[in-house]
Amino acid sequence: MKFGVIVFPGSNCDLDAYHLVKDVLGKPVEYIWHQKNSVEGFDCLILPGGFSYGDYLRCGAIARFSPIMQEVVKFANRGGLVLGICNGFQILTEVGLLPGALLRNKDLKFHCQYVHVKVENVNTPFTNLIEPERILKVPIAHGDGNYYIDEQGLNSLSEKKQVIFRYATAEGTVSNEANPNGALFNIAGVISEKGNVLGMMPHPERAGEAILGSTDGLYIFQSLINSLERL
Amino acid sequence: MKETKNWQEMGLTDTEYQLIVDGLGREPNYVELGMFSVMWSEHCSYKHSRKALKMFPTTGERVLQGPGENAGVVDIGDGLAVCFKIESHNHPSAIEPYQGAATGVGGIIRDILAMGARPVALLNSLRFGSLQNPRVRHLFSGVVSGIGGYGNCIGIPTVGGEVYFAPCYEANPLVNAMCVGVVNKNHLMKGQATGPGNLVILVGASTGRDGIHGVTFASEELSEASEKKRPSVQVGDPFMEKLLVEACLELVENDYLVGLQDLGGAGLTCATSETASRAGTGMEINLDLVPLREKNLTPYEIMLSESQERMLLIVEPSKENKVMEICHRWGLNAIAIGRVTDDRILRIFKDRKIVAEVPARMLAEDAPIYSPLAIEPDYIKEISSLNLDELSEVIDANRVLLTLLSSPTIASKEWVYVQYDYMVRTSTVIHPGSDSAVVRIRDTTKGLALTTDCNSLYTYLDPYVGGMIAVAEAARNIVCSGARPLAVTDCLNFGNPEKPDIFWQFLKTIEGMSEACRILQTPVVGGNVSFYNERSGSPIHPTPTVGMVGLLENIDKRCTLEFKNQGDIIVLLGNSFNELGGSQYLLLIHDLVKGSPPALDLQKEKSLLETLYQAINEGIINSAHDLSEGGLAVALAECCINGSLGARVALEKDNLRIDALLFGESQSRAVVSIMPDKIPSLWQLAQKNGLEINAIGYVGGDTLHIQVDGQEWVNLTIEEIEESWKKSIEKLMS
Repeated sequence: MKFGVIVFPGSNCDLDAYHLVKDVLGKPVEYIWHQKNSVEGFDCLILPGGFSYGDYLRCGAIARFSPIMQEVVKFANRGGLVLGICNGFQILTEVGLLPGALLRNKDLKFHCQYVHVKVENVNTPFTNLIEPERILKVPIAHGDGNYYIDEQGLNSLSEKKQVIFRYATAEGTVSNEANPNGALFNIAGVISEKGNVLGMMPHPERAGEAILGSTDGLYIFQSLINSLERL
Repeated sequence: MKETKNWQEMGLTDTEYQLIVDGLGREPNYVELGMFSVMWSEHCSYKHSRKALKMFPTTGERVLQGPGENAGVVDIGDGLAVCFKIESHNHPSAIEPYQGAATGVGGIIRDILAMGARPVALLNSLRFGSLQNPRVRHLFSGVVSGIGGYGNCIGIPTVGGEVYFAPCYEANPLVNAMCVGVVNKNHLMKGQATGPGNLVILVGASTGRDGIHGVTFASEELSEASEKKRPSVQVGDPFMEKLLVEACLELVENDYLVGLQDLGGAGLTCATSETASRAGTGMEINLDLVPLREKNLTPYEIMLSESQERMLLIVEPSKENKVMEICHRWGLNAIAIGRVTDDRILRIFKDRKIVAEVPARMLAEDAPIYSPLAIEPDYIKEISSLNLDELSEVIDANRVLLTLLSSPTIASKEWVYVQYDYMVRTSTVIHPGSDSAVVRIRDTTKGLALTTDCNSLYTYLDPYVGGMIAVAEAARNIVCSGARPLAVTDCLNFGNPEKPDIFWQFLKTIEGMSEACRILQTPVVGGNVSFYNERSGSPIHPTPTVGMVGLLENIDKRCTLEFKNQGDIIVLLGNSFNELGGSQYLLLIHDLVKGSPPALDLQKEKSLLETLYQAINEGIINSAHDLSEGGLAVALAECCINGSLGARVALEKDNLRIDALLFGESQSRAVVSIMPDKIPSLWQLAQKNGLEINAIGYVGGDTLHIQVDGQEWVNLTIEEIEESWKKSIEKLMS
């Protein structure tokens, strides 16, 4: 089992994802430079957070043209597991692996804070070790996390259970008050129709050690490892 | 109308011009004059402050690099060193808050990078006028977005800082940015152009017309005309700087560099002359090779441009290809623009002609040193008298406490720091909002405790005592997290030093700070002076921001301020006096800026610091919070709010006034909470260190309840005090 963390110019949570997989979970992991033309040998790809290409033009809009992205798309189409965190999520929507778009936060400000998300679907490779409706405490850090999709798209996401995480209170109430960025339907993370590509705005890699304030992010990585081991 | 000469327009005096003519043995040409004017500006030459700064203690067992390089460096064991510096970006931020603040962050990161260190944390110290003023809200909001915009994008966590609000900063806000880096001692770089024949490589952004004469602008008072100097403010590109950081660190780790220098104030002129001067060499630079943003930049413009995100590399010719390979992989422009020579002359070519030819040392080091006149200002005597007998005693302590908690200076700064990514790099183990932030050092058990501090009301009332307190408070904040204070970087923000009363403030402040740094063994390893913080002749309060770094040997021992457990005993460390001068209570409740700041006894401070340090590291106490603005009542409220726990406190009045007891800001104090069975150990420690301590109550319930001699003075629910404290700034900004 080998994880790959893709490094775009301007990625800055690559180190954190790498550290978590290697030092906390003890699994093999390598960085993959964005100009590489192959992802052979990897079982799971992580598109980390950060500001690829400075988020210039539009978040993720330039990174999606990096050579590695063609390989990521092929990998995903073959059923490979892809996790996009924050900027990684934005890139995945830009390249079309995930539906919807991430707009500026409703209050136009960057937010770095802990949020709670409700796990809406535990029958995915990313959530299979989580109890249904479990509330996770995970941090966000973004200026463009306001998820948007048209009505038809939202209906389709709901029908196919593609909404995986929704912002909620610590008690589990999905409400405006618990929504940090104005995301439609409080959406914090969505999965592809085939269920192998997950994009999420919260940072599970920042919630992997008690010393950092939460270990809830581990559920996602352990679920991933569990799925890979079962493959 | 009197004709102004070129050099006058560039900010040089007639005498300074004559010195240049004498030094060169001829009249300088226009390019050379421009180069001298920026290098001899206050900002670059420290001509008014240099002598006074010599008072600071700058050496110590752990100090690897004191003032004089791009940043100070201190040994932290395990083959590692911490590298840090604070710098002002006040004037640019007053004109263009977002870019002014953003490029302040970018500039200080490059200073740390120039030492070969990986930047791991950012802090800041911000000061504004009243948030009632819409222009101040614009500045405040722009500065905070700018700091976040740069730091978040580049991926260095902004972990701490301070924000104060006072009328003297209305037109001249202060934006001081601090960066902290960690470097393997073997990879420590210097900004030196050693080795004649070595290549001078310029890497990063291309050069444009932005920021020309930025340092000259920073070395004069703000006025109506300052708005016109908006082109002097640079524009930041954090993405470019992220690439620059990664590329330079890769070059450093591979040992490909002889010297490394950032381009900041005074641009290429400063970077070339300083590196050559430090190494006792010269340099030949060909401006035809400098990548430009637009055609037809003149040699004058290229040499003075302060375009951001550029670094200068000194490289042996045999390593040129390897250096280029790494730079290009990171998508950076890099080009050899010249070479190091042995004749100590900085020689600039354009179109194969020499356009400037000046001794490097003369530019970098030979600016005249001034000893300005220092005279005690009249206001000191006028405001220092404060007769407490004439001051009405507190009647409704609940109301006073809520007023203090909701004043923007004391209130939670959450509105500010949630706009900063303080978690990236997953190493921040004590978050903003604490006495000091703590960042762990990967692959060790260690952590760095970081803080910035200055109470400028104190320095206004008594610069000497205020200067001491700034250092002592920083040390207290560091120790409250369980760390040992290591060293200081300072940002000295003052008015116009050519005015005798301002220079008196400056001297007295440095004397006070130096004394505290000596006794507390925290040498000053670097910093920055920002003069001319005046608008239309009205100066700011003297504001010597202290950035302090402490070392936590074992991060598992770290301590935070919030109460942890019901039933823990609350202990007050240190003594309280009838001191209200310079307090937030006096300012907010009685509308007075008067009196003397609280007295500081550095030996007592040492006793407190030693007791706290030992108590935390021996695991005796569960929380620690220093007493500062708003005194004991505010400190207790903060411990309650952050821990979501109440407290019942019973105090004895002795000979104190109620307001002094509850809201006075006597120094060298802290509140801690402790399990009842650990009390004897704490008493022993305190006794050993000669510190007075008193148990004053216990943690519990959902109210903060304070009585004095059996009479109830404060009785508020945690919800009420949290509401006042937490949302205050947010409400003012919405």
